[in-house]
Amino acid sequence: MNLVAAFFYLFAGLTVASAFMVISTRNPVHAVLFLILAFFNSAGLFLLLGAEFIAMVLVIVYVGAVAVLFLFVVMMLDVDFAELKGGFAQYLPLGALIGIILLVELILVLGAWVGGGVKVASIPSAPGPAPGSTLTNTESIGNILYTDYIFYFEMAGLILLIAMVGAIVLTLHQKAGVKRQDVARQVARTRDGSIEVIEVESGKAVFPQSAKEPGP
Amino acid sequence: MEIGLEHYLTVAAILFTLGVFGIFLNRKNVIVILMSIELMLLAVNINLVAFSAFLGDLMGQIFALLVLTVAAGEAAIGLAILVAYFRNRGSIAVDDINIMKG
Repeated sequence: MNLVAAFFYLFAGLTVASAFMVISTRNPVHAVLFLILAFFNSAGLFLLLGAEFIAMVLVIVYVGAVAVLFLFVVMMLDVDFAELKGGFAQYLPLGALIGIILLVELILVLGAWVGGGVKVASIPSAPGPAPGSTLTNTESIGNILYTDYIFYFEMAGLILLIAMVGAIVLTLHQKAGVKRQDVARQVARTRDGSIEVIEVESGKAVFPQSAKEPGP
Repeated sequence: MEIGLEHYLTVAAILFTLGVFGIFLNRKNVIVILMSIELMLLAVNINLVAFSAFLGDLMGQIFALLVLTVAAGEAAIGLAILVAYFRNRGSIAVDDINIMKG
């Protein structure tokens, strides 16, 4: 057994084991931590496939952003998770049945593909670097991502923008009674509404118009 | 023993099945359901990158990048909805999410 195979089985086994822990553990914080482990190990699988860029993006985006977001929400919400675990055994038979059917179907598809000699696409739409070239994976992705697939790239940016705006709109809520800066009101102020010129006779005091006249 | 395409496809199939299984197993906990969806998207990514690597076609990796983008956006929006919902109802049990029911 060569080294690549050994690492493949290490990463694949850890990915599947931690994915199983994600769905079966009782504590959601542990579930998030196992999710991070699953992402790390699949990044290892991507490295074995020679897709370094996707592997690094997976670590940055999933581990650095998505999983931390999950962890933040799990810890922020004051939820009784033990109560949510009820009915675990009730749903187990149906879930196991559907899961096993799905797995058998997928394995049958795989078996047909391996044994039946099904042809997969032979003309690449975006050929990778030629075997002898010194181009790295990241360079060759960059060469086609910003030229042939620029439209997809910009669509991805738009989706992220919409997601950001949506998340802010959903979670931002204004509390009543909090003093905050209102730029529009500041800009709309005029001289007339802000200051008042009063002729003051000598020897007399000045009172605001709303204040009552002092007694004798 | 040489590691071929079918090895990666098997791992992805198991991962996807675990994701589906997780949705059924944790029917009351929205957070774990969201995590199961992330697992399924990860399985799809493994499929895309494995085909991309073994067929010498970079389109699969570009597509995996887009799936990653959508997954990140989905997690952000889903968790934002969850936080807004928890603020209103004080609970995130799936059984309670029926305000919109006619």
